[in-house]
Amino acid sequence: MLTYRAGAVASLFFPPAGIPALVHSIRAQRLAEKGDIELAREHGEKARNWAWYSVGVGLTVYLVAALVGLLFANQGSVRVVYFAWSILTDGSSWHSMIKGFWINIQVFLIAEVVVLVWALFVAVVRLLPGPACRPLRFLATVYVDAFRAFPAILVVYIVGLGLPQANLPLVGHLSDMQYVIFALSLTYGAYVSEVYRAGIESIHWSQVAAARSLGLSYAQTMRFVVVPQAVRRVVPPLLNDFIGLQKDTAIISVIGVLDVVSRARFINNAKGSLTAYSMAALLFLVVTIPFTRWLEWLQNRRQSRTQGGR
Amino acid sequence: MAFLEINQVFKRFGHIEVLRGIELQVERHQVVCLIGASGSGKSTLLRCINALEVIDGGEIRLDGDRVSGRGIDVDALRQEVGIVFQSFNLFPHMRVIDNITLAPRKVLGMNHDEAEAKAMALLRRVGLTEKATDYPDRLSGGQQQRVAIVRALAMDPKLMLLDEITSALDPELVAEVLNIVRDLASEGMTMMLATHEMGFAKEVSSKVCFLHQGVILEEGPPEKIFGDPSEDRTREFLKRIVDAGRL
Repeated sequence: MLTYRAGAVASLFFPPAGIPALVHSIRAQRLAEKGDIELAREHGEKARNWAWYSVGVGLTVYLVAALVGLLFANQGSVRVVYFAWSILTDGSSWHSMIKGFWINIQVFLIAEVVVLVWALFVAVVRLLPGPACRPLRFLATVYVDAFRAFPAILVVYIVGLGLPQANLPLVGHLSDMQYVIFALSLTYGAYVSEVYRAGIESIHWSQVAAARSLGLSYAQTMRFVVVPQAVRRVVPPLLNDFIGLQKDTAIISVIGVLDVVSRARFINNAKGSLTAYSMAALLFLVVTIPFTRWLEWLQNRRQSRTQGGR
Repeated sequence: MAFLEINQVFKRFGHIEVLRGIELQVERHQVVCLIGASGSGKSTLLRCINALEVIDGGEIRLDGDRVSGRGIDVDALRQEVGIVFQSFNLFPHMRVIDNITLAPRKVLGMNHDEAEAKAMALLRRVGLTEKATDYPDRLSGGQQQRVAIVRALAMDPKLMLLDEITSALDPELVAEVLNIVRDLASEGMTMMLATHEMGFAKEVSSKVCFLHQGVILEEGPPEKIFGDPSEDRTREFLKRIVDAGRL
């Protein structure tokens, strides 16, 4: 283990880092034979680090090379299919795509707020105490089980196409975007309520005992003590669900909303290239990554202010 | 009738009978110490008094009012009875000042400024005014426990229940918490303490109860219980305490 020879040899598959790994490993062995154990450990450590660089950097380089190779394979047909210059440099295509993407963003933002509130409500209902609340708990459980089972695309069809055809009062005359927000909120509300529920149940009962012993009612205890701590705890899994929600806004194209995916399909049909889909993918990437990092930053900042106590 | 009357109280957890007919009277301004081995029922008894546990038999009366069984308003009861826990149980997401003012504002309907002024006065008494805007995790165990005491006091309870409040503290922090309890006792606060601090129990209590297997085996003034107990079990228990160097 001291000289790390096997790892150093293996890392030769990426020579720029593999060679230093091997050199340090050999040096470490010589030093060990001479009895200079401490210096040998130092070189062993360097050999180990170089070997890991070799794995990480090597894999990246080879992967990128393979992708570039793929782009130019078959006389560049991959590049033409996914990254046609004529479309990539066409301002009006971008303009149309971004206009569509703005609809996805709007649906996402509104649905997210609806889901945050609705799911918390469902979670609290599922956790109501006492035998008298059993029917309410049952109702909430049925909703959660059902809407976690239905594929989101089915719910979008049923709500977005079905409700207007049934011509119901109130819900029969909404815009397509409102239907989609409704459908996605139903689906994601079920998921997110489970996240909230796990968070609420993770709060130690001693917090409830402390609050109740001060005379706070059950509702006040939930409102001021349990839920605020639970929400802080579930931010990472919530975040995960919201990235899922953001991507699933693409489903709205199936009921004819002119979102980014619908527009990509038009461009694809008109120009016979999948480039527009690549552009759509890029748009999602550009929005999701900063969003994730921003929320992580918020979470870290809050954690450094208050660590969870007993 | 005594201020707190506990008559034939029984409490079971599954098959385990934790309290098996507790009889106890506490007068106003008395400080009653509950001593006894772990599992003898001290904490459970305290938790039954403010209805954090529902009793299976018997009756508890506070100030003449029945506070056990059906048809009681637990929230009203708990406004009268404060409890402090072994593990502090401060709300980690709130600053010290908000921990203290939450119940006065939400339960008693006190306005914000009034509640804060009262909380600051109480914090001054326990020497923690400079910690008012810190979060609990920035405080030592002793400081957290002092805040927990203040949080209970902010509701102006008629009775304070202290459940082994120094057991989770490092030895050098015990004194700062006990000093506050001593002050409260001298001001005439009615208190019940479950404690392993025998020296403190001896000094501060007006009555000591020795619990054994869910009953009060022996009760009396501290001189009697610590000096000349009449039950063998009490003697055995105290001998173990002395042998451990805790008395």
